[in-house]
Amino acid sequence: IALAAGAASAGQEDNLVVNEEIEIVVRTDAPAHMENVDTIYSGWTFRSDETQALQMDDFDNPGMIFVDMGREVFDAAAGSEGKSCASCHESPENLKGVKAVYPKWNDQAEEVYTIEMQINECRTDRMGAEKLKYNGGDMTNLVALLASVSRGMPVNVAIDGPAQSTWEWGKELYYSRTGQLELSCANCHEDNYDNMIRADHLSQGQINGFPAYRLKNAKLNTVHDRFKGCVRDTRAETYAPASPEFVALELYLSSRGNGLSVEGPSVRN
Amino acid sequence: MKRTFVAAAVVMAGTFPALAEVVAPAAVTYADGAVAQSLTGQAGNADAGRTVMTTRGLGNCIACHQVTALEDFPFHGEVGPSLDGAGDRWTQEELRGIVANAKMMFDGTIMPAFYKKSGYVRPGDGYTGKAAKEEDLEPLLTAQQVEDVVAYLATLTE
Ligand code: HEC
Ligand code: HEC
Ligand code: HEC
Repeated sequence: IALAAGAASAGQEDNLVVNEEIEIVVRTDAPAHMENVDTIYSGWTFRSDETQALQMDDFDNPGMIFVDMGREVFDAAAGSEGKSCASCHESPENLKGVKAVYPKWNDQAEEVYTIEMQINECRTDRMGAEKLKYNGGDMTNLVALLASVSRGMPVNVAIDGPAQSTWEWGKELYYSRTGQLELSCANCHEDNYDNMIRADHLSQGQINGFPAYRLKNAKLNTVHDRFKGCVRDTRAETYAPASPEFVALELYLSSRGNGLSVEGPSVRN
Repeated sequence: MKRTFVAAAVVMAGTFPALAEVVAPAAVTYADGAVAQSLTGQAGNADAGRTVMTTRGLGNCIACHQVTALEDFPFHGEVGPSLDGAGDRWTQEELRGIVANAKMMFDGTIMPAFYKKSGYVRPGDGYTGKAAKEEDLEPLLTAQQVEDVVAYLATLTE
């Protein structure tokens, strides 16, 4: 089937090294919990040579502008305590590796936390500041910043223990056929990756590259916004960003990428 | 159910049965995935069917299927098999069944049901992402559009 895709598949065998320095694992053995897939691939491997090239150097990666903006948010004091993220965490580099293990069970809150939820907890409980809008600009830039310092590290979210029931819910959502087109995530991203659907070359829908700069809308896209877009395209009622459903789906999808490298901010079409 | 609907439609339309005999989605009868009866009683128009096949908001069949005769329209998908020769492989009744509700012919297929309007999980109001009111849902294609597509598919012979 891939033969017919021809030009679209160019570069699928390539490896990704960012800034000639950070080696990114873009294909590897699927984690043991995946029943129907042997090898997992980063969305990067499905993109055109031109799009791929944009992610190979931070000077070409439009997503890095938002990382710089994220640094400003990180250093800016806010809230009644007069503190910034830097007051406690020193530098974003200090939080290296954190993005790779989120979403993650939070003992105190007794729920699975996305990194956004954790950031907002630091804002409200430790800074005396308002929450940032979950998928707004400042938050997304912070998440891109924390992703960027973890680039090259393997995604490694825990799916057992207290997180297991959330993970199972996410899995159920992944395989549910919704909307008037009655399509599940799996229909496109598991049964048909590497196939063309009209003009789009279907990837495995991995999320190791989020936030993702999309050439199509020329901005940084959050993972929940991407979920929303894909669900909408099945002519279904979507869930909202930050909803428990999307948190569960995010945990499940992250776990399908366990072993790929963190690559955000990635560049996609 | 089907008879009731047709009868009601005839009464309401107060016109010749031939014009009123649109079979409602829930009234379509499938036998081994095929639908013997025309959904409209009118012959399909292959040209109109071609438009339905290639238009994004309509059938958009080429999103998933390659069709050599439709090469003028760019970007054909690979999710389903090529439809070249579909008119040889299938009878008109079978094609009608496949287009109306492919799940009756191919168990669990990824191909959407184009003439159905209930039984969905979280149906949306078109592509808005907002919830649809179940009673407002229309099938993806009208009865006549299904007939038009069937007429077009019948021309795909090798
Ligand atoms: C007053 C101190 C303080 C401030 C200010 C603060 N944090 Fe935190 N942060 C913490 C502490 C303490 C933890 C550990 C919480 C835990 O492990 O339960 C933490 C945890 C985190 C984690 C998760 C680390 C992990 O290993 O799971 C992230 C990410 C994070 N903070 C980001 C931020 C960002 C971004 C800001 C600014 C918007 C910020 N923090 C502001 C004290 C702070
Ligand atoms: C009708 C087909 C279809 C369905 C169903 C679908 N997607 Fe997608 N998805 C796409 C297309 C097309 C793209 C863009 C090309 C690509 O990366 O695969 C995409 C991209 C993505 C991406 C971005 C991947 C990257 O590397 O940037 C993610 C994540 C994703 N989808 C998740 C999902 C999830 C979660 C679901 C179910 C809730 C879903 N998709 C359902 C078609 C679909
Ligand atoms: C989302 C993908 C998708 C869309 C959209 C789609 N199909 Fe299909 N179609 C399939 C798949 C997959 C099959 C193979 C059946 C199976 O699942 O085994 C199929 C099978 C068929 C077949 C039988 C194939 C053969 O020749 O043996 C016909 C005819 C057909 N489709 C016509 C259409 C028409 C007409 C439309 C648009 C009105 C359409 N399809 C839209 C996915 C799709």
